[in-house]
Amino acid sequence: MSDPNSAITPEVVAAHGLTPEEYTRCLDALGRTPNLTELGIFSVMWSEHCSYKSSRVWLKQLPTTGPRVICGPGENAGVVDIGEGLAAVFKMESHNHPSYIEPYQGAATGVGGILRDVFTMGARPVAIMDPLRFGSPDHPKMRHLVSGVVAGIGGYGNCIGVPTVGGECSFHASYDGNILVNAMTVGLARADKIFYSAAAGIGNSVVYVGSKTGRDGIHGATMASAEFDDASEEKRPTVQVGDPFTEKLLLEACLELMAGDTIVAIQDMGAAGLTSSSVEMASKGGVGLELDLDSVPCRETGMTAYEMMLSESQERMLMILKPGLEDVGRKVFEKWGLDFAIIGKVTDTGRLVLRHKGAVVGDLPVDALTDAAPMYERPWEATPKRAPLPAQDVPAPDSIIGALTTLISCPDLSSKAWIWQQYDHTVMADTVARPGGDSAIVRIHGSNRGLAITTDCTPRYVHADPEAGGAQAVAEAWRNLTAVGALPLAVTDCMNFGNPQKPSVMGQFVGSIQGMSAACRALDFPVVSGNVSLYNETNGQAIQPTPAIGAIGLIDDLGQTVRHGLAPGLSLVLVGDTLGHLGSTLYLREVLGREDGPPPPVDLAAERRNGDFVRAGIRAGTIKACHDVSDGGLLVAVADMAMATGTGAQLSVPSGQLPHAFLFGEDQARYVVALAPEAVPGFETEARAAGVPVLRLGQSSGDQLIVEGHGTISISELKTRNEAWLPAYMARP
Amino acid sequence: MNAAVIVFPGSNCDRDVATALEQAMGKKPIMAWHGNADLPQVDLVVLPGGFSYGDYLRCGAMAAQSPVMREVVARAKSGTPVLGICNGFQVLTETGLLPGALMRNASLKFVCRDVTLRVEAANTKFTSHYAPGSLPRMTVAHGDGNYFADAATLDELEQSGRVAFRYVDDAGQATPEANPNGSARSIAGILNAAGNVLGMMPHPERHADPLLGGTDGKALFSSLVQALS
Repeated sequence: MSDPNSAITPEVVAAHGLTPEEYTRCLDALGRTPNLTELGIFSVMWSEHCSYKSSRVWLKQLPTTGPRVICGPGENAGVVDIGEGLAAVFKMESHNHPSYIEPYQGAATGVGGILRDVFTMGARPVAIMDPLRFGSPDHPKMRHLVSGVVAGIGGYGNCIGVPTVGGECSFHASYDGNILVNAMTVGLARADKIFYSAAAGIGNSVVYVGSKTGRDGIHGATMASAEFDDASEEKRPTVQVGDPFTEKLLLEACLELMAGDTIVAIQDMGAAGLTSSSVEMASKGGVGLELDLDSVPCRETGMTAYEMMLSESQERMLMILKPGLEDVGRKVFEKWGLDFAIIGKVTDTGRLVLRHKGAVVGDLPVDALTDAAPMYERPWEATPKRAPLPAQDVPAPDSIIGALTTLISCPDLSSKAWIWQQYDHTVMADTVARPGGDSAIVRIHGSNRGLAITTDCTPRYVHADPEAGGAQAVAEAWRNLTAVGALPLAVTDCMNFGNPQKPSVMGQFVGSIQGMSAACRALDFPVVSGNVSLYNETNGQAIQPTPAIGAIGLIDDLGQTVRHGLAPGLSLVLVGDTLGHLGSTLYLREVLGREDGPPPPVDLAAERRNGDFVRAGIRAGTIKACHDVSDGGLLVAVADMAMATGTGAQLSVPSGQLPHAFLFGEDQARYVVALAPEAVPGFETEARAAGVPVLRLGQSSGDQLIVEGHGTISISELKTRNEAWLPAYMARP
Repeated sequence: MNAAVIVFPGSNCDRDVATALEQAMGKKPIMAWHGNADLPQVDLVVLPGGFSYGDYLRCGAMAAQSPVMREVVARAKSGTPVLGICNGFQVLTETGLLPGALMRNASLKFVCRDVTLRVEAANTKFTSHYAPGSLPRMTVAHGDGNYFADAATLDELEQSGRVAFRYVDDAGQATPEANPNGSARSIAGILNAAGNVLGMMPHPERHADPLLGGTDGKALFSSLVQALS
C-alpha cells in the first residue's frame, strides 16, 4: 500500500476510510489528485479520531470556561489554576481498539500517550487513573484481556514512576467485543510556564526528539475510527509498542529543557504521528511547515514518506525552538541519550511541504486538513424514556443480608485490590489517599495542599436514559471529590460510544452531552479537556454508552480531609433524600437478574446543596468519615465504610419505608457521614437551616454489621466475600 | 553528613529518597548522574529504586556496568556505607557487592502493598534506631524481589547476622502469606560481610511521613545520620 506511485483508485480511497464524498472534498481542497502520501495524510486528519467530525457540533455545548480555567479543550490537555502559582494539567483518553487486539501494548501505550499529553504542556505527571470496562466475565477472551490490560497499565506506569492511584473496573456483556481502556493523567506545572502547540517564528527550526520512527502503528487512528468485525485480529500490526524507559527519559529531558527559555511550541506525536503533530502546530500558529523527511530518525531502512508520516511509533515529540538555541536543546537530549534532529522549518506559506530524497513528495494546504475537515450533523433519535418502576413493584429479596453479600461480591462491587496492587500507587511519595476510596488524594509536592482525583460513569444509567446518565456521571464525580473534603474544580471526559452513523447511537451521544452540560453548569464544573471514541461496536452490537468523567478537586489543607473508614463510637447520619429508587440499580441486576426501569433522577440543585453542606462539615472537623452513596445503595455504602477499617455498624430502617428500597435504592445526592454523637443535634440544626435533609441511621461499634430486624453479618465475612471474587476469577483453571 | 543519590536513566525513586534524606540530615543530598565516574567524597551512597536502563536486561544488570558504579564499588570496598533500595538492591547483587539474586516475584506479577518487616539485625549503621525484633511497616513495589541464594549462602547470611529484615505477619511470624514475592527464608534485606552495604526491597522513604500512612521508615535514615555525622 505504501508504493508512492500507486494509482489512487476508489478501492485505495475506501481502504483509507474516506467516503466518496469526502474524497471529492479532498480533491476540491487540493485542486488536483493527491499522491498516496497526501491521501494518507487526508485520511488520518479527517478520521473520526483526529477530526471529531461527528461529535464536534455537540461538544461545543459543554461549558469550558471558568475563573480557574487557564486552558480549555483544544490543546494537549486542560489547565486549571490551583493557586500559589501552580496549575493542574490533566486529560483522559481512550485506547479501546488497540487494547482489545493486543491488551498489554494497547493499554501500555494508552498510558504512555496520556502521560505525554500532560508533560508536553510543561507539567510533571503526578497521578494516573484508569477506568476499565470489560465484557461478561464468562466471555472466553475476558480473563486474557483483564490480565493483559492490567499488566500493560502497570508495566508502563510503574516503570516511568508515576503512581496509578485509582480508576474503575466493571463488567457487562455489551463490552464483550469492545472493552474500554481509558487513561487519565494529572500533572503539576507552574501556572506561568505552560507550553502550547502553536508554531511561530518564520524560519525557526522544527525539531524532532525522542524515539526513532518505525513501521509500527501505521493507520492506528483510522482503525480507531471503524467498527470491529471478526477479522479485527488481523489488525494487530497497527498496534504500537510502548517503551516506558524511553518515555521516562523523554519526560526528564523535556522538563529539563522547559526549565529554560528555548521552546516556542511543542506537541507530542500521538495518533497519526508526525502528520497530526505537524499539521496541528502549523494550523494553530497560522503558518506553514517544510519538513525534510531525510532527516527523520528512522528505526528501519527504506522507510517511505508515507510510512514516516503515518507511523505511530511512541515516545516522540515535535518542537519549534527559538532561533540559535538549537544546540541548547541538542545538549539536553543527548545527555538523556535521545534522538534530536532538526527536520524542517516554519514557513509563511500556510502549506505543509514534504521533501524526501530530493523531491517534493507532498504539498498540502494546512487549513484544508483542519478547518476544512468534514463536520457532520449526524441524524439522531432520542432514546425512548422507560416506563417508571415503582419500588413496590420490585420484589424484596429473601434476605437483606443475603442480597448485601450478593452485591458486595458481584464483579462490579467486589474488591479491585488484585488490580491496584499491580500498580505502583505510592511512588513519588505523595499519595495521601490510595485506591479504593471515593477519591484518590495526591499531595502537591513540598506543600500541605493536595489534589483529589476521581473517575466516574454508570453506563447502565446512560443506556437507560442518556441525559440522566450523563448528568449522573458528572454529579457522581463531583460528589466523590466532595466526599473527601475537596473543592471540585474541573472535568475531563472520555466519550465512549458506538457507531455515530446509527441515529440511536448518535441520540445516546447527544443525550449524554446534554445531561453532562447541564450538570457541569449547575455545579460550576467546566470541561477542560477530553476525547471521543466512537465505533465501539462489534458485528453491529454497540457498547453501553459510556461518557467517562475524570475530575479533580483542590484540598487547601490536607489536615481537613476524611476517608470513608469508620472508627468506633460514631453516629451515622444519611445526608440527602431517600425515595427508594430501584430502576436500573445494581440490586435489580445482580439480585433479580433484571436491567429495566429508568435510572435515578438527578436533582442538580439538591446535589450542590447537599455537597456544599457536607464539604463544610468535613472542613470544620465535624464529619469524621464520609462516603458517597452510589452503586448498590445505602447498605453497600455502610458496608464499605465498615470493611475499610473493620469497625462494625448498627443501623435501622425507618418505619414507613420499604426496607429493600431504602437499603438498596440508588437515589442520588446522598452521603453517609459519621459524627461524634454529641455533634449530631447541631449538625441537624445546621442541615435544616441549609435545606439539606438528614436522617439518623445508627452508630458504629463492634465487628458486625447489624441491620435491626433484618439480620447480622460479621465484617470479616463481608471482607472475605468482597475480596474473593476477582482473584478467584483470575485463577480459574 | 554528606550523602549522594545515584541517578541512573530510569531511576524513579531518586527524588523520594532525597526528600527522606533531607528530612533526616537537614540538608539536600548530592544527586550524582550515572555518567560521571568522579563521585564526590560522601559519607553515604544511595542507589534508589526505579527501572534503571528500563531493566530490559536483568534488573540492575546494566546499571551495574555504568561508569559511576565502578567508583561506588571501590568506595564500598573501602568502607563507605552504601544503601540500595529496590532497584538499588538489584544493582548491588549484580555488582557482586551483595550475594544472591533477585528473581521474578513468585506470583509473576508486580506487587505494590504495605508489608510488615521484622528487624533481624539492629546493631548496624542502618538499623540502630530500630529495636531488635521490632515490626516496622513499609511499602514494597516491585516485579523482581524474590531473593534467591544457594543454601550455603543463606546459612552463612543467617549465621553471620547479615539478614537485616524479614517479611512477617502482624504477629511477627514469617509465613508464606506475609511474603510478598516468594523470597528465600522471607528475606527482605541483607548486609555485606563488612556491614557497610545494605540492600533491601521495601521502601523506607515511602514511610517517612505521617500523611503517607506511616513513619516506620524514618528510623533507618536517622540511624544513618547518627552513625555518620
